Amino acid sequence: MEIFNTIANGLRDWLMGSLGFSATATEIITTAVWTLVAILFVMINLIILVWMERKLAAYFQLRRGPNRLGPAGFLQFPVDIVKVLGKEDIIPANADRFIFKIASTCAFITSLTAFAVIPFSEGVALLQNLNIGIFYFIAVGSTATLSLLMGGWSSNNKYSLLGGMRTVAQMISYEIPMVFSLLGVVMIAGSLNLTDIVNAQKNTWFVIPQLIAFIVFFIAATAELNRGPFDLAEGEQELVAGYMTEYSGIRWAIYMIAEYGNLVASSAIISIMFLGGWNAPFGLTFIPPFLWLMLKIYLVIFVFMWIRWTLPRIRIDHLMHFGWKFLIPVSLANILVTGIGVYVYRMITL
Amino acid sequence: MNFMFWLIAIITLGSALMMVMNKNIFHSALFMVVTFLGVAAVYLMLYADFMAAVQVLVYAGAITIFIVFGIMLTQRGNMKETNLFSNHAALAGIVSLALVVINAVMVVSTNWPKTGAEPPQETVGSIAELMLTKYVVPFEVAAILLLVALIGAVIIAKEVKKTS
Repeated sequence: MEIFNTIANGLRDWLMGSLGFSATATEIITTAVWTLVAILFVMINLIILVWMERKLAAYFQLRRGPNRLGPAGFLQFPVDIVKVLGKEDIIPANADRFIFKIASTCAFITSLTAFAVIPFSEGVALLQNLNIGIFYFIAVGSTATLSLLMGGWSSNNKYSLLGGMRTVAQMISYEIPMVFSLLGVVMIAGSLNLTDIVNAQKNTWFVIPQLIAFIVFFIAATAELNRGPFDLAEGEQELVAGYMTEYSGIRWAIYMIAEYGNLVASSAIISIMFLGGWNAPFGLTFIPPFLWLMLKIYLVIFVFMWIRWTLPRIRIDHLMHFGWKFLIPVSLANILVTGIGVYVYRMITL
Repeated sequence: MNFMFWLIAIITLGSALMMVMNKNIFHSALFMVVTFLGVAAVYLMLYADFMAAVQVLVYAGAITIFIVFGIMLTQRGNMKETNLFSNHAALAGIVSLALVVINAVMVVSTNWPKTGAEPPQETVGSIAELMLTKYVVPFEVAAILLLVALIGAVIIAKEVKKTS
């Protein structure tokens, strides 16, 4: 993965040296190129993930899934993209037109900004020296709710509005245990920097000392991503499709891209915080670090999909009770135990 | 850097103005998010990365969402005239003018400390250390205040029944 940094530095040298740009302009152009790479990364993952989700859903339900176009139906999704692009862009008559139009794009932007801090291997990230890496991820993630709410509100539709409100209630409730569960890892690693956190896991992955935090984070992330069994925001039986009921064509597709982008980002954070990031297990270092991280990300995504297509959706009040009365106390207790543990460990070793 | 500052300043102040002037209260709330993000960008330009993230998390992430939530729960059929102007333009003008003048005087008269030192690479550690040593009492008082507010909110929501 050194190649990425080599390319970035080469680009910087070329812009500043041969073309004579100023430092600021060079920085802006390099960041733009990185952003394009991030978008490309999300898109490539999207193609794989949609295919994977359809195939896995089918296998879990004893069906075959898409199998006509391309090998094992792999080309079904590219064809779907063409179909979506050709569809009419319907905006409801009484919708708040401007907000309706920008809502899905906002969702995509917030999902994309999370990728800025994710290190794909040693030093390969857009903001690699950001000392508050994980905190940035949480802060950016907290604004994602708003774009869903914008979509739900601007559609001027009862189902959309109810879906939007459920999204907010659910995401606010589950954000708290999510942040608290990450604190345990931060306390052990002693840093908010994602690269430092991965380097702290050279010997032991944090999933072992922080198993409770891992489980709490996984559940909270499922709720944050609006995936089953917590996909109440778009519960089909009661809310048609939640906040995106009125969306069609390309704007709907952008919402879906944002959703899968969030899935990849959250899985990457789980892999980095708990599963050792790009560190190779059992000394299998011949596989490059980047591939290890991708392997872990896809393993986590597989579990997300497994849970989604296996468990039935739970009820909204059960969801709230579970979040506030179980996950938050558990994650708080985890912080306390971790704090005592870190203190005792320091007393013994120092 | 100067260009970026002016860009951020114009966006922040412009959206703050739009927030006040807009007739639709939902649009006002969204402009408020832009203002908060602009303030976060100003923090970033001052090398206060932790403050910027807190600004995004607390203001853009939490506070506006509660405001928007409140707006949505009181939705009307027509949102056109939901953010009205009051009739006390003259009074408000005087108060605003006084506030601006006082702020300007304070800013000009304060002797801002200037050092040629490099901005710190990491702010989180020093903030934490100050908060848990020198400013531990205000920190705890703020925590207790929030706890009181939390319990109050629960009591208001649950409507404690009178025991006969």
